[in-house]
Amino acid sequence: MESVLFVVAAALSLAGGVGVVAARAPVHSALSLLVVLVSLAVLYLTLLAEFVAVLQVIVYAGAILVLFLFVIMLLHAHNPDLRPSPGPGRLHGAVAIASGGALVALVAFAVLRELGRGTAEVPVAAGFGTAPAIGRELLTTFVLPFELAGVLLLVGMVAGIVLGKAPERRVSERTEARREEVLLTRGRR
Amino acid sequence: MTVPPSAYVLLSILLFVLGGLGVLLRRTALIVFMSIELMLNSVNLAFLSFARMHGDLSGQLVVFFVLVIAAVEVVVGLAMLIALFRTHRAVDVDEMDLLRG
Repeated sequence: MESVLFVVAAALSLAGGVGVVAARAPVHSALSLLVVLVSLAVLYLTLLAEFVAVLQVIVYAGAILVLFLFVIMLLHAHNPDLRPSPGPGRLHGAVAIASGGALVALVAFAVLRELGRGTAEVPVAAGFGTAPAIGRELLTTFVLPFELAGVLLLVGMVAGIVLGKAPERRVSERTEARREEVLLTRGRR
Repeated sequence: MTVPPSAYVLLSILLFVLGGLGVLLRRTALIVFMSIELMLNSVNLAFLSFARMHGDLSGQLVVFFVLVIAAVEVVVGLAMLIALFRTHRAVDVDEMDLLRG
């Protein structure tokens, strides 16, 4: 039962991963990413990480992915001239795929040698990976990183607002001039 | 029959390399971003499988913090992307070459 679940979820996540990388339109990439995120959440459940699995669905699939879709909408809806980007050059692609394959082979070799096929799973305490267990750890052992994570989220929020808000008139005129200059130099090249 | 931990780790490295290929090969900034998310997720999977393997909750706590960092990273990154689009009308990473000598 567990192995069937693993095979299905793993195949789905790999297919989704290929979709993220290979899709022409960003929207299709985002939807493939959703497939990956949900099937990974299933795998997290089989690893007894139920709290993290719920977080994965709420934070990743719920918040981060919606943000991605909003930005895709914002950038691409009113700009039909933004064509899907051309694919990589043949040499570029071949080198990247070869080095990726080499990395997979290297790590797979190391993993199979160290972990082998067996490794009986250690028994864990009841409630492993549930919200109470995680919460207790967060507020005892990891209390300082937890507080710092809160500060980081606040900083990220401020940065998002500052970066995302519409520029003032004067600044936008200056950037307009700069943009024309850039376009001119690009035309000359 | 239970799944050996090495299967989870192998899946994790495959997803990581897929994400890395996306970063190397794609030029649309948004897709590069999503590939980075894919890499972060694959690392999370490795952390969780090691946490299960050793029966230690710390791995799951690390994943929690990775999630926080990923959320902040996406917010700031996408805001930068929008700002760049406003000034340059470009979403292609190859066109962002103002710092080129």
